[in-house]
Amino acid sequence: MFNVAKIRKDFPILNRQVNGKPLVYLDNAATSQTPKQVIDVIVDYYSNYNANIHRGVHALSQEATDKYEQARQKIQRHFNVAKSHEVIFTSGTTHAINLVANGFSSILKKGDEILVSAMEHHSNIVPWQMLAERTGAVLKVIPMNQEGELLMNTYQEMLSEKVKLVFCNHVSNALGTINPIEKIINMAHDVGAAVLIDGAQAAPHIKADMQKLDVDFYTVSAHKICGPTGAGMLYGKEEWLNKLPPYQGGGEMIAEVTFEKTTYADLPHKFEAGTPNICGGIAFGGALDYMNAIGFESIAEYEHELLDYATKKLLEIDGLKIYGTAKNKTSVISFNIDNIHPYDIGTILDKLGIAVRTGHHCAQPIMDFYKIPGTVRASFSFYNTKEEVDILVEGVKRAKNMLL
Amino acid sequence: MKIKEIQEEIVDEFSMFEDWMQRYEYMIELGKSLPLIDEKYKTDDNIIKGCQSKVWVHAELEDDKLIFTADSDAIITKGIIAILIRAFSNQKPQDIIEADTEFIDEIGLKEHLSPTRANGLVSMIKQLKLYAVAYQTQLN
Repeated sequence: MFNVAKIRKDFPILNRQVNGKPLVYLDNAATSQTPKQVIDVIVDYYSNYNANIHRGVHALSQEATDKYEQARQKIQRHFNVAKSHEVIFTSGTTHAINLVANGFSSILKKGDEILVSAMEHHSNIVPWQMLAERTGAVLKVIPMNQEGELLMNTYQEMLSEKVKLVFCNHVSNALGTINPIEKIINMAHDVGAAVLIDGAQAAPHIKADMQKLDVDFYTVSAHKICGPTGAGMLYGKEEWLNKLPPYQGGGEMIAEVTFEKTTYADLPHKFEAGTPNICGGIAFGGALDYMNAIGFESIAEYEHELLDYATKKLLEIDGLKIYGTAKNKTSVISFNIDNIHPYDIGTILDKLGIAVRTGHHCAQPIMDFYKIPGTVRASFSFYNTKEEVDILVEGVKRAKNMLL
Repeated sequence: MKIKEIQEEIVDEFSMFEDWMQRYEYMIELGKSLPLIDEKYKTDDNIIKGCQSKVWVHAELEDDKLIFTADSDAIITKGIIAILIRAFSNQKPQDIIEADTEFIDEIGLKEHLSPTRANGLVSMIKQLKLYAVAYQTQLN
């Protein structure tokens, strides 16, 4: 039984006050809060078995290595990855995307095409632009409609033998749209293109199945799913990971080194140079344990209730417009009121203890599309409540009265 | 009035409010009453870098005094500019250069702004002073 009151007790930070008011944390799409179960994992690591992994003969090193590899297996199981070495630990989604983009610079040729969706985060635009510049490949944009849904017919028309790579987020951080990635992947594969799906915003809400999706690359940041910052995953199909050259050189990623030649280690170590974020990786596994104990179905169901309730309540405010009204979306509401600048609303809400994100959400092309400077974004997690939605709505009304 | 006196006046006004909501309400009122910059000066060249919302500032010398006009697309930002303009506009460039900006700390503005806005505030003050330096050189 999903019990939000009980769940909230797991999150110590939700007890704090901000500007003299109880914190209402609605910036979950930026980063999620950390339950004590995950904090315990971090404390346990540093209190009991902090050591460097994969290289020591001593007991602590062995213990840390085991826990780290167990975390990899937890991630493997969670995302239904065929082989554990297809899970590469990264510092997060941005690192993972850059790793792939860098790898493709030796594969792409002049005139090849890269397709990227119109609703990408800057971290899924800039690395591809850099890749296009390096290789002479052409970057093309899959357009979207006013609701914030990709135009699948146009996408179909854009696909040709020239297209080598397709990049798209599973869920848009600014709009909340859940993209039809299964179709996107299949259509790309029909022309022989590889697909990278940025799962940063999807992971907190949707349990993605790598084998069922048949995706080539999928990226996740631990800090969006109740884990720590600086940890994340790149999933890559074995055949692709073998094709890509290493991203960074260093310890751990080699098999043999002489001054003449170095041979690289097998997967996943080939892409895990240097001492990794050991504690972060283990806590990432702990975060998945925590989320799975609650259950992703219950989480999604509850968050949908919150989304519907908040959408209805917010739309009762005269002049409020929601950006991102896709039929299929996660619990993210991006909005503006008349011509009020989103920063102004965000500032007043902050004074009321309500944390939202304002601005372009690292997705400037979306803001240009709607011809707005930015939006106020409230993003809900499974530990938020309807009462908090009410506080938000009252706060927005108050801000509107002050600012208009 | 001298810059120092105006600054003291602003500090007095802010001390009358009981909480930060009231101060924000006041800043919003100030923002709404800010004399608008001539549209032709709202160019990219006049945008202050380091502000997340757009801020335009224009300076013009009238006799020996510098007149600032400004605008922003965010109202609270406009209120902050209005405070700065009240303190620094219609003053001699040399006085603007020499003026200290402690009153900002005294009204507690900086600590109640988000870090991005606080950076923007610093950028704004810097820009006003840069104008003053430029016009002072011209006067010399």
